[in-house]
Amino acid sequence: MMTDTAVTPGGTSTPAKRRWHPARFGPLVVLAVLIALPYWSIEIPGVFDTAINKPGTLQLLALCLVFGALATGYDLLFGRTGLLSFGHALYFAAGVYGTDVLITKAGYPLWQAVLFAVVGTATIAAALGAVALRTNGIAFAMVTLAFAQVGAITIGRDPGGVTGGEEGLPMDTAKVPDALVGVTNTVNLYWLAVGVAVITVLVVHAIADAPAGRVLAAIRDDERRVGVLGLDPYRYKLFAFTVAGGLAGLAGAMYALLIGGATPHVAVSDQTLTLLVMVVLGGPGTRWGPLIGGMLFTYLDYRLVSFGRSDAVDSLPGVLSGPLSQPLFVLGTVFILAVYFFPGGLAGLRTRLGPLARWIPDRR
Amino acid sequence: MSTVVLLTLTGLGLAALYFLVASGLALVFGLADVLNFAHGLFLSVGAYGTWWASGNLPGAGASGWGFVLAVIFGVVCGTVVAALVELVLIRPLYSRTIEQVLVTVGLSLAGVALLQASWGADPRTYPRPQWTQELTEVAGARVPNDRFLLIGAAVIVLAGLLAFLKFTRIGLVIRAGVEDRSMVTALGIDVRRAFTLVFAIGGAAAALAGALGGVYAGSISPTGGSSLLIFGFIVVVIGGMGSVVGAAYAAVAVGLLQQFVNYTSPGLGDICVVALLAIVLLIRPQGITGKVATS
Repeated sequence: MMTDTAVTPGGTSTPAKRRWHPARFGPLVVLAVLIALPYWSIEIPGVFDTAINKPGTLQLLALCLVFGALATGYDLLFGRTGLLSFGHALYFAAGVYGTDVLITKAGYPLWQAVLFAVVGTATIAAALGAVALRTNGIAFAMVTLAFAQVGAITIGRDPGGVTGGEEGLPMDTAKVPDALVGVTNTVNLYWLAVGVAVITVLVVHAIADAPAGRVLAAIRDDERRVGVLGLDPYRYKLFAFTVAGGLAGLAGAMYALLIGGATPHVAVSDQTLTLLVMVVLGGPGTRWGPLIGGMLFTYLDYRLVSFGRSDAVDSLPGVLSGPLSQPLFVLGTVFILAVYFFPGGLAGLRTRLGPLARWIPDRR
Repeated sequence: MSTVVLLTLTGLGLAALYFLVASGLALVFGLADVLNFAHGLFLSVGAYGTWWASGNLPGAGASGWGFVLAVIFGVVCGTVVAALVELVLIRPLYSRTIEQVLVTVGLSLAGVALLQASWGADPRTYPRPQWTQELTEVAGARVPNDRFLLIGAAVIVLAGLLAFLKFTRIGLVIRAGVEDRSMVTALGIDVRRAFTLVFAIGGAAAALAGALGGVYAGSISPTGGSSLLIFGFIVVVIGGMGSVVGAAYAAVAVGLLQQFVNYTSPGLGDICVVALLAIVLLIRPQGITGKVATS
């Protein structure tokens, strides 16, 4: 699955492979484009409602980046370690509510609140993971699902008036730096979201390329063999679980800033299910698949709402226009088709279309 | 005292709902290793089928035999949907467990969205026969009749399932398949036919849970299935994956615990149930009964 990491068994890149290759600089070019995006005022009709540097579009792009980062962190568990967790929404929600509560209720400055929220989320993940990882396979999925359910119930119960219950908790913007408040400053939030995505990608790729990452991949492929080799799978899995939890907390903190508060729906089990859909659509265990899957899913989830209200759909007979106006129906169906016909997700398309590409004349 | 009786009977009614959801899940999981996230969809299909039939199907209605007919229609809908899901979506992915789980996840998202597209996201008032709302006096406590309806339905389903598993040939195949599927296949028996049957039975039980759960709650919504499903999962894991009797014990334990603790502090009961799950898994990872269909 991770064939695109050009490494020899010794773990170092061979000089021969270090020559110029688009795949090496592609991500940097994309990053440069993402950073420069707010300076362009081009309109892309049909793709975005407004010009690309207008707050509405930047907000949507930032959301896409947050969920792309969240999916990348989740893939550290699902795609790279083979842990099917159904409770990842809990750590995202912990980041969202942790940041929001620390700022709004406890009055911490933003950076401290984010730091405490991320460290706290990683601690929760370590504690719950220590229990959940004593089980395997489906039982692990169930335990994580149950833990996340407790989180969702706790948030809904509004203990001590901290979480705001069903209504959620709007963030007290007076304690947030002025540069991150208001519609005109959406661009700063966007850059911050780019930063969160970059941090997440760097952390996940660093782990995947390190010796520990190879142990995680080995656990995914054959856990018993890792044990026979004298390594303790439990410790490595707990490490992955904790890091993924912390990254989810970071994405959650960014989400809270971007949305301007917290709502209880971030904690529901459907949130984890959509996360799973993002990763599988993008390509589990691949370098860029989860990021692309998360961004594309979020984009479609938002855009399909307006697509469902468009005239083209309304003019269809009711049997078609009803389901098509539900983004989750379209995405769920696409997801099922993807599981059948594109098991590697979007990232797997390149290898699947490889035989086709060979028929096209090489231009080099 | 009367409060204790009322809480016990309400807890048992809740346990009956959990059992109806969990029995199908347990059999499907025990036999086919499929963690079925679409089970909540079968439940919603049963609820919406009954609701639709009571208003539109000739002869069906909100009371008396008309309501029975409506429930039968809902259960048939759930059964058909479950069997179709197995035949069309699950069977081609035979023995690829993760993919099967993913397909049921996609199905649960798409199915709920489809129900929302058809009948809206808001809760719908559910037809309730008058007698289910009347009170019966038991040991000084005034208990709504729908509790007895739920408990009765669950007991009948439990007895029917056990008789089916113990005394029929296909029941024998299912029991053997839960214990060791590859051995049954090696003996030349096509277990996959039993898969379809188990899915249909599970779908029917879940649809019944949906239809009767609507009577209990008074309204139905497209997402109503998913919250019951999580407790269904918990019951299956506590009871031992694949065991119908274990699911029954676990359902009673979970229903009573949840009801009594929620009475002292709302919401705390749900948390206690999860704590129970964690304790059971740490002490006995195979659940109360282990993996035998009728133990």
